[in-house]
Amino acid sequence: MPKDLSSSGNSSVNVLNQIPKKNKKKTELLKYIRKNWILYLFLSPAVLSVLIFNYIPMYGVVIAFKDFSPVRGIMASEWVGFSHFTNFMQSPNFLRIFMNTVQLSAYELLIGFPIPIILALMLNQVRRSGIKKNIQLIIYAPHFISVVVIGGMIFMFLSPAGPLNAILTVFLDRPVAFMSEPNYFRTIFVASGIWQAAGFASIIYVAALSNSDPQLHDAAMIDGASLLQRIWHIDVQVLKPVMAVLFILAVGGIMAVGFEKAYLLQTDMNLPASEVIETYVYKRGLQAADWSFGAAVGLFLSIINLMLLITVNQVVKKLKGESLF
Amino acid sequence: MSKIAHSKKIQTINNSKTDQLLLLINKILLSLVVVIVTVPLLYVLLGSFLQPNILVSHGISLNPDHWTIDGYVRIFQDGSIMRGFLNSVLYAGGFTIVSIIFSILAGYALSIDELVGKKAFMIFFLFTMFFNGGLIPTYLLIRELGLINTPWAIILPGAVTVWNIILARTYFKALPNELKEAARIDGASDFMIFIKIILPLAKPIIFVLALFAFIGQWNAYFNAMIYLEDRSLYPLQLVLREILIQNEVQPGMIADQLARAEMQRISEMIKYSSIVVASLPLLIMYPFFQKYFEKGVMVGSLK
Repeated sequence: MPKDLSSSGNSSVNVLNQIPKKNKKKTELLKYIRKNWILYLFLSPAVLSVLIFNYIPMYGVVIAFKDFSPVRGIMASEWVGFSHFTNFMQSPNFLRIFMNTVQLSAYELLIGFPIPIILALMLNQVRRSGIKKNIQLIIYAPHFISVVVIGGMIFMFLSPAGPLNAILTVFLDRPVAFMSEPNYFRTIFVASGIWQAAGFASIIYVAALSNSDPQLHDAAMIDGASLLQRIWHIDVQVLKPVMAVLFILAVGGIMAVGFEKAYLLQTDMNLPASEVIETYVYKRGLQAADWSFGAAVGLFLSIINLMLLITVNQVVKKLKGESLF
Repeated sequence: MSKIAHSKKIQTINNSKTDQLLLLINKILLSLVVVIVTVPLLYVLLGSFLQPNILVSHGISLNPDHWTIDGYVRIFQDGSIMRGFLNSVLYAGGFTIVSIIFSILAGYALSIDELVGKKAFMIFFLFTMFFNGGLIPTYLLIRELGLINTPWAIILPGAVTVWNIILARTYFKALPNELKEAARIDGASDFMIFIKIILPLAKPIIFVLALFAFIGQWNAYFNAMIYLEDRSLYPLQLVLREILIQNEVQPGMIADQLARAEMQRISEMIKYSSIVVASLPLLIMYPFFQKYFEKGVMVGSLK
């Protein structure tokens, strides 16, 4: 609109020309929509679904600033400003839950991110494609096991009467209560996550490597480059763009710990390490029906996630010229 | 082929001693990885046919008294696992169908460059990747819509993901434009072009998206846990959660048992066999779809 005003100040001829143009544009748009209405029909189920299940909850977030009661509804509930947020941040649990979330996901990122890359570099050295395919087939398998089963297996293997303790009794005189000791929780969580996901996560790197030019390796070999030199100067360079993109995604989702697994692995005893923001939201918000407080804690998490995603995207954009969005 | 042979030749000429040592270490490490992945799986599979704790106390026992299929018998007698299985087929199937139809249609529309308002629609979808309302507002919405304790609470929310729309769009964009142009010149309508030309070409992407959607929903438990109350509606994963995590034995499985120690023994056995029953279908099927998974991951990275 301001553009129109400024241009109209320059010359009246321009204005006269613009009015019919605009109308023409409008009729053209209508004509276009009439002709291509089917495309808009195609879009409508997805738009409607996202509107209902994604955007309405975004509006529903206002209850984080209210004292929501189901009887009164969202509109009629009283505004309380930021009191739920300050309550959360001043509660004695806040620091512990916040740090649990950060630590758990930081460990998962630091250890979980490089392993699929290393695995792919190792697989890339397997010359016989039949063997390589079979190894891949096996290491993908855990990806298809549900989180509930993984949780169940962890409890079974680590129970005081389980196989791991049976091995450990050789060195120790009594069984270790892995699942009731907060100190072990993070290791158990991260290690089982790697067991389940690293193989499948390597797919993308393996594919990127197999698409790279084999002549690069030939040339380097003729120049006398050693295996490690070739891996570093060729394979790792090939993987760099993929790594950048996946790293953005991983850091952007760093606060989104696998709370579904964390919740399954929680015992009363390991809670000091296993309570993360989302399991806390579930317990306070849903189980204890403290709706507004739960929504506030959830919003707190969403905002941190948003800032992380934007920041990391900016950083990588500056460094590499690679960007997701 | 000749390329591989060629590089092999160079390799044998040029490989130094240290390189060969490294390749050997690589092989050993990879074998170790394979062992680490398979041992827990085999342990559960074997354990499901053995009396509880035999693997810990005796290893793989050859004593026939130690072997049993009691765990499996009890699972099939009780029926809650089977009912969970059927519910899961229903939920994962419904979720997949909704997800595919919605995202393929939207992906196709957004793949057309001339679509007026395309950018606005993309922003509308992409925004949901950055921000969401969170657990509580979503739950309140589902409750407000009256979907609590209905299969729709599992099937509808989350069926449309931006990611799937973008994958479908990328795929359609890569199809040659001439196909559409030719059909248009022949007087075909947009709808007929989509049905007759685009859809048959879209089979691979449909299959890949369907595979991921189905498996994701099949293995999920959290939404079912918060939205479903009736035990008769429970999907497989919730039944498993009761058995594996909460240590609750299904009543039909212990109908004949009173002694506490015996119940303990049976509940241990049922854990193993229920893991096998629940996980085996996917583990047997996925090798047949391996190339689609690889394709799917690669399409995802193209974006």
